[in-house]
Amino acid sequence: MTVTAAAETPETPKTSSATPPTVRPPASRQRRRRRGRLALHLTVLALMIVWAIPTLGLLVSSLRPQSKLSTSGWWTALAPPYHFTLENYRDVINQNGIGHAFINSLLIAIPATIIPLFVAAFAAYAFSWMEFPGRDVLFVIVVGLLVVPLQMTLIPILRLFADWGLTGTFLAVWLAHTGYGLPFAVYLLRNFMGSLPRSVFESASIDGASHVTSFFRLAVPMSVPAFAALAIFQFLFVWNDLLVALIYIGLANSDNLPMTASMANLVNSLGGGWYLLGAAAFLSMALPLAVFFALQRYFVRGIVGGAVKG
Amino acid sequence: MDSQLVTAFEVVIGVPAVLIVYIWGAERVLTPASERWRKRIRPWLWIAPALGFLGFFLLYPTVRTIIRSTQSKSPLDPKFVGLDNYRWFFTNGDALGALFNNVLWLVFFTAFTVGMGLFVAVLVDRVRYEALAKSIIFLPLAISMVAAGVIWKFMYDFKPPGTSQTGTLNALVGTAGIGPIGWLQSPGYRLSTFALIAVMVWMWTGFAMVIISAALKGIDPALLEAARVDGASEWQVFRKVTLPMLAPTLAVVSTTMVITALKTFDIVYTLTNGNYNTDVVANLMIKEMFTFGDFGRASAVAVVLLLAVVPIMAFNIRQFRAQESIR
Repeated sequence: MTVTAAAETPETPKTSSATPPTVRPPASRQRRRRRGRLALHLTVLALMIVWAIPTLGLLVSSLRPQSKLSTSGWWTALAPPYHFTLENYRDVINQNGIGHAFINSLLIAIPATIIPLFVAAFAAYAFSWMEFPGRDVLFVIVVGLLVVPLQMTLIPILRLFADWGLTGTFLAVWLAHTGYGLPFAVYLLRNFMGSLPRSVFESASIDGASHVTSFFRLAVPMSVPAFAALAIFQFLFVWNDLLVALIYIGLANSDNLPMTASMANLVNSLGGGWYLLGAAAFLSMALPLAVFFALQRYFVRGIVGGAVKG
Repeated sequence: MDSQLVTAFEVVIGVPAVLIVYIWGAERVLTPASERWRKRIRPWLWIAPALGFLGFFLLYPTVRTIIRSTQSKSPLDPKFVGLDNYRWFFTNGDALGALFNNVLWLVFFTAFTVGMGLFVAVLVDRVRYEALAKSIIFLPLAISMVAAGVIWKFMYDFKPPGTSQTGTLNALVGTAGIGPIGWLQSPGYRLSTFALIAVMVWMWTGFAMVIISAALKGIDPALLEAARVDGASEWQVFRKVTLPMLAPTLAVVSTTMVITALKTFDIVYTLTNGNYNTDVVANLMIKEMFTFGDFGRASAVAVVLLLAVVPIMAFNIRQFRAQESIR
């Protein structure tokens, strides 16, 4: 009996390899098992389809001519006669200033990703490898700040930014995203750096390495997965952000608004350009999706590093 | 445009340079000090930039918002009004409706994302195309809420009965002879709120799945094997071994989801803007601020949101402390 139980799990041969299965399981169990496998595959496939359909539908819609969009569903386009066109994409790029907004998004997202990375790295190193009074209390406060709702901060900061003439500028959102991204950045990097082997840093210190040296030569190179994950996370967060941009930029200077804002305008504007939505949405998704698929490995490893350990 | 490009370039190169120089410089400045003082001051110089940002962007505004919430509407000459703004919040039907919706979000969004995440993580662990399945389910997270809003506008599209339905869901229920249903225009039973929650579940299940899946892979297979050898059924193995071992991870994921639920804004803003009984607290606050220009009430709404988050913050901190003690 125990042997058949082991034989039922060929995927995990790690421990059972010592006792290879010699008795074949009874036919009825085998049949039930096969039916179980079939149900498993069907469920997973169904989930994949359900999750993919909304995006696929929009992709197909974005390639259909305007006249067809309002009269028939996207699925009818999958049967001949085919009517696919890139017109919507051309119109979006030419007419609606989405191209300009795309550049704005880049100009916002890249610095807003790099700045918090550096600021957080120094703090995370100090929290991990330097002794000072109040260190733990301070770090706990940082963890607590993780959950402060962003909405809380908008009014006072907006007033200060307005006084300083920063509203409507990229600098305002760079700084704001740095502030908002820091608790998570410090938390994630601290968890990662703190789990690096202590002996490495101790022996470096004995060999006379300063903190500056061991930061740049040891901590940073060893934390590359965490940095990569953080960079992706922050980039996606900033690229996809609407609220911060709308408030610190949109109220004063709509020329500098990112793609999310111009898309939100398209969504909210009645009639007119709604047939362009699909194309606009795909243009805005292209970069995050590329980033995500290129660096997916790091993304998962980095986030998980903090959440699962311990 | 070009000047902005130059600025961006300067920031990308300049800021890291400044920060690196700052750390080198700090060490230089400290050189004449005695070793004891260096040890004492150095950490503060390293965390100073982070503390500066956190203090300015999170701590200071929190305090200011709390003060502002006790003042009147006028932006130029706000007067102290005590708890009037809170009285308004807790007696106003719309505000309470928004609060109730947030409770729905908190319960159903969290339950579905964590539940589905766990379900999917356990299932895909047993198939060979795991990576592909996970990518598809994780993908919506890389999409902005606004783009997700567009995607689901097409899904939920509603045409008057009798005309051909172009929305995927209405066409689907149409083949079963039901509908068409105005998914996003139905205040009754808060159907539209649930339609919005479904969109966010679609987006965030992947996040829960990835983290739970990683924890799942961290469980020693020998342990599961031992339970199976002892005659436990697959369900018993899951219930008695896997689930307890996943508990800390599930707690972390759930807190993240609860916070996400409480902060929900973008999807409501883009899909319904709070109409048809779908308003949430964060959207209400934005409305008070920009549509009605009432900064006092908007601040009070924000403080209510903060108060809702405090227990989670406490839980987060306790969780972290517990983790640290075994480190």
